[in-house]
Amino acid sequence: MKKILLLITLLTATVAVQAQTVDEILTKYFAQVGGKDKLAAQQSMKASGKLKVQGMELPLTVMAKAPNKTIAKVNFQGKEMIFNAFDGTTAWATNQMTLKPEAQSSEDSENAKDEQQIQDPFIDYAAKGYKAELVGKETIEGTECHKIKLTRKPVKVEGKDEENTTEYFFSVADNVPIMTRSFMKKGPMKGKAIESYMSDYQDVNGLMVPFTMAQKMNGQQVMSFTFEKIENNVPVEDTVFVFPVK
Amino acid sequence: MKTTLTLFFAALATACVAQTAIPLKGNELFGSLRARHIGPALTSGRVADIDGHPTDGRVMYAGTAGGGVWKSMDGGISYKPVFDKHIQSIGAVAIDPKQPDLLAWVGTGECWTRNSVSMGDGIYKTTDGGQNWANLGLAKTERISAIKIDPANPNTVYVGAMGALWNANAERGVFKTTDGGATWEKILFVDENTGCSDLAMDPVTPNTLYAAFWEYRRTGWSFNSGGPKSGLYKTTDGGKTWAKIHNGFPAGTLGRIAVAMAPSAPNRLYAVIESDKAETKGLYRSEDAGASWKRTNGDFELTVRPFYFSRLVIDPRNPDIILKGGLSGSISRDGGKTFSTLGNMHSDVHDFVFDPQNSNLITAATDGGVYRSFDGGNVFEQVKGLPVAQAYQVSVDNASPYNVYLGLQDNQSWYGPSESPGGIENRDWHCVGAGDGFRVYPHPTKKNILYSEMQGADNIWRFDTERQQTKIVKPLALANEPKLRFNWNAALQISPHQPDRLYVGSQFLHRSEDMGETWAKISPDLTTNDPAKQQQEASGGLSMDNSGAENHCTIFSVSESPLDQNMIWVGTDDGNVQVTTDGGKNWTKVVGPGAAGNVPGLPKNTWAYHVEPSRFDKNTAYVAFEGHSSGDMTPYVYKTTDLGKTWKALATPDIKGFARHIKEDLVNPNLLFLGTEQGLYVTVDGGQNWSAFTNNMPPVAVHYIAIQPDENDLVLATHGRGIIIIDDISPLRQITSELLAKEVTFMSVLPTAQRDGGGFQVGGDAGEFVGENPSRAARITYFLKNRHTFGKMSMDVYDAAGKKVGDLVPGKAKGINIVDWNYRLKPPKVATGKTLTFGAFAQPRLPEGTYTVRLTKGTNTYEAPLTLQPDPKTTHTAADRKAQFEAVMKLYGMTEQLGYVVDQVDALRKQTEEAAAKGAAYKKMADPLLKELDGLKETLVVMKGDNYVGSAEPQLREKIASLYSEMAGYYGRPSGAQLASLVVLEGQLAEKKARLEAIKTGRYKAVADRLAKDKIAVGTLRSFEEYLKSEG
Repeated sequence: MKKILLLITLLTATVAVQAQTVDEILTKYFAQVGGKDKLAAQQSMKASGKLKVQGMELPLTVMAKAPNKTIAKVNFQGKEMIFNAFDGTTAWATNQMTLKPEAQSSEDSENAKDEQQIQDPFIDYAAKGYKAELVGKETIEGTECHKIKLTRKPVKVEGKDEENTTEYFFSVADNVPIMTRSFMKKGPMKGKAIESYMSDYQDVNGLMVPFTMAQKMNGQQVMSFTFEKIENNVPVEDTVFVFPVK
Repeated sequence: MKTTLTLFFAALATACVAQTAIPLKGNELFGSLRARHIGPALTSGRVADIDGHPTDGRVMYAGTAGGGVWKSMDGGISYKPVFDKHIQSIGAVAIDPKQPDLLAWVGTGECWTRNSVSMGDGIYKTTDGGQNWANLGLAKTERISAIKIDPANPNTVYVGAMGALWNANAERGVFKTTDGGATWEKILFVDENTGCSDLAMDPVTPNTLYAAFWEYRRTGWSFNSGGPKSGLYKTTDGGKTWAKIHNGFPAGTLGRIAVAMAPSAPNRLYAVIESDKAETKGLYRSEDAGASWKRTNGDFELTVRPFYFSRLVIDPRNPDIILKGGLSGSISRDGGKTFSTLGNMHSDVHDFVFDPQNSNLITAATDGGVYRSFDGGNVFEQVKGLPVAQAYQVSVDNASPYNVYLGLQDNQSWYGPSESPGGIENRDWHCVGAGDGFRVYPHPTKKNILYSEMQGADNIWRFDTERQQTKIVKPLALANEPKLRFNWNAALQISPHQPDRLYVGSQFLHRSEDMGETWAKISPDLTTNDPAKQQQEASGGLSMDNSGAENHCTIFSVSESPLDQNMIWVGTDDGNVQVTTDGGKNWTKVVGPGAAGNVPGLPKNTWAYHVEPSRFDKNTAYVAFEGHSSGDMTPYVYKTTDLGKTWKALATPDIKGFARHIKEDLVNPNLLFLGTEQGLYVTVDGGQNWSAFTNNMPPVAVHYIAIQPDENDLVLATHGRGIIIIDDISPLRQITSELLAKEVTFMSVLPTAQRDGGGFQVGGDAGEFVGENPSRAARITYFLKNRHTFGKMSMDVYDAAGKKVGDLVPGKAKGINIVDWNYRLKPPKVATGKTLTFGAFAQPRLPEGTYTVRLTKGTNTYEAPLTLQPDPKTTHTAADRKAQFEAVMKLYGMTEQLGYVVDQVDALRKQTEEAAAKGAAYKKMADPLLKELDGLKETLVVMKGDNYVGSAEPQLREKIASLYSEMAGYYGRPSGAQLASLVVLEGQLAEKKARLEAIKTGRYKAVADRLAKDKIAVGTLRSFEEYLKSEG
């Protein structure tokens, strides 16, 4: 019995050390970007900037509202095109041929409920049912980083529950993530790693936010978002997210 | 500009001779400099072991001989590499039966022990379906043949370790973990020369296992399969106790054994046995779980090359259906009594997987990749997306784009382009040799002539690619001369001075001055000529295997100094380095038995794999030696500056894997590239510090390195991932300690040649590998001292007049950053209609000239010039190019002017509608005005339809945009029809503008006047400049 108790203590200790380390990194991160309370209190976000993809540059507007409403739109020749929207129930986008809204698959809508949460996923991650695990260190863009693997709620892909993980690389010196790596969940690129590099962190109402995000595959840039203006906790109407019923 | 750069590099070269140490490592240095993979994939490469998901037929893992692990999630149409951070030689892959979506194991180190086999560094596990892998030990096992996982308990795993091939070691046998790999126990060990070559587990009672043990050894000159310690063992208690189960086995010495059990009938076992007598070799069957065995068959496919083909796979639903690896592979449908050859696929078949639901769906692993059959093995098709070719060597030509030439393990010789419209596809490659391919060289000046060879120089060909004519031009022994000994990968080399000169190395060096027509022997035997290492007919052990693969005491490396054609360096596989300074009249042995040269720390007879004479000083040379065939995995890299009298070691603990090839840069003598068994290493300080290059570059064995001088591309022959190219390595030439101290340093780049091309492309089939093309953008290159994370950093480009012509998202990485700029303007602002006008997405290409790049980081700005030059192949005169740009820009302007007309029409309409609401009198005036405005707008832009087949009749916006995009895509003088059409459209635009003005001064003015009279505010129209700045 004593042996078992000792074992349990040891195991708990190991878990505690591990959890402490992840939480230490996160504590520094929260402090660096403006405080956990402030981050947790985020209710809405509005941003405008440029999307660069395949040699094109498109004016981009992004809006998000707690808990999980989002819309991202670009402007083509004065026409608005929504490439990603979720109104809490339905995920949708504009069809490029008709320029009319179309719903994404039911699974996409279901998965979006967790994936589109506006709140930073590391806030009370355990209470949300997420797992954050310190995997080790990796040098990213010449910079030593802690690698934290975040496992969110499973996503449904073609009827099958699949683990939903993202790896966050926190700069050891700067305490903010400079890159995330996730893996495509469906389609012909399924399983392919996609990396998002974050930079140009700047203050937005007391929160440090990356103004540039570059996405790479195999080390090659495929897309970038550069924001000129980001606003936090400004009023955003629920109606802007709603999938228009045809 | 080119002269300036050349001078710059020349100065740099001098400055760098006494280089100070540059301790930056890995991507601190390389930043965003990255490799691209071009295949070829049409022959794929050797796949050692495959495993399928137990319930989801879409999921499959393929472990390759030298190219890592690939995973398919689409039923085998396409595969993605999932093991690129780890050693690339794979022996076994296994998916956990209980948690197959997440857990899988990889045993590294190939189990098919051919002469060119690589090695592993232990056992790996993934807990996230292959996204990340952890090395869980068994590092010294060198090669792993099998992994068996307890179906009820993922933490209990058995590993069959073959152990070292080239030397005795104790890390072999059967290992077991019960804690998911944290700790391992060796549960069965025979001796230091005998490893576990196969495992089988009873899925119902997983404590029952069968383990095959094999006594085997390879040297550089021999192979032995078999010995008294080979045998088959069984445990029924999870490995606590083992019993030899040979009742019914051949009595004499045994060799390699494969064992398999029928999952649907656990007492039914099959074993294929290599023995010392032809009449006892073959397949044995047991009906009583190994208590007794009966031989059923000794056909060719069951007994051929046991070291390469000992694999049995039983249909999970039918105990009588057996697949056997082999030269062609074979199948039995009667429990092993008879076998038939499988359908045609690449020869040398190593493994199989049956689909979990459908036994007619069979996947096979071969020397030429993965094949699939849908009809139970009669017809196989190749998976076309596995670029795991094993290249021995690579050379390049000076075409534009240049071609690469290479030879592949068991997959012939080839050449193909470094760039091709839409990417480099399988059909871009041309076969230029048979058998195994090794060294291929294009003739330096006759562009349709090349040389290639097959194993052991059985043939050396001179091939005319245009006429498709082949002549065998190998040197032959004359009367009274001894038999010529050629290496498996025989030395073949061209001269940097005499285009028709050719060298071939046997034990002698042969030289031809006439493209191989006649040969002169220009050396004595340059090897150790040790008779003990020349008994190849006795090689193989229990199964004779005299393929030429073990030929030894041969010349392996030949290099004529780029500075002196009479200075020739030779390296031999038995450790000699010899040099002549008089074109072969006299030779000096500088490394090897009795040599005067002192090579500190180099064991004797260590293979002189590559001798690299310097381009900067003729007394300087580099040599990569390797001793892996005696079990020595140390990298040996040496430099002499006194023609071999003394040698300095350049290898540091940074380097992993034994070294095969060293390449000196063409410009900076301190920049060296080293190919090792575990990747590419680079030094920028003459060998004081080395860094593994890992940007899109797995730690794959690099056998040979070439530099293409026009593009400054580093071209790597990898033995597992085909050809990998690092485009334009010139930034590495510019790394100095001064540069490391500065926040931001722009690096010199060659002027960008604009490309006039714009041809058609045909996409490959789904699943077909398409090699990546180089970027043809202007490369803006700079070095950052630290990564930029906080605050703004931006990049803009200005033309010679100081006008901003583009903005870019700059790279922020510490180290080298490369930002691609497509040297095009943004598309014009275009009128908004109901649909899009695709022509208006075209972007005018900026003219040749000098531009300025401005990087703003916080409050600091940094500037560098950037030069665009015309396409060197252009057929357009400067005047034509100017005419094109001017016409395109005219249409660009017309598109925006039309947009402004529409903007005004929309604004006037809005104001008129507002006025109409102010009363009946206004409405009366407004109605005809609105009609007039709508009538005008209908002729300006499309106001109905969609972007596909519901599109409406084009209006002026569409006509202008269409002509604009036509002209923007061709960089010479526009056609007469186009120019005439431009005049027509200009007229139409003028007419529309006039109509707008008429409205503004006519009906609209009347409304405005009335509003003014009634003291109601009149709306204003925004200016053209305001319109251009507006969103959308």
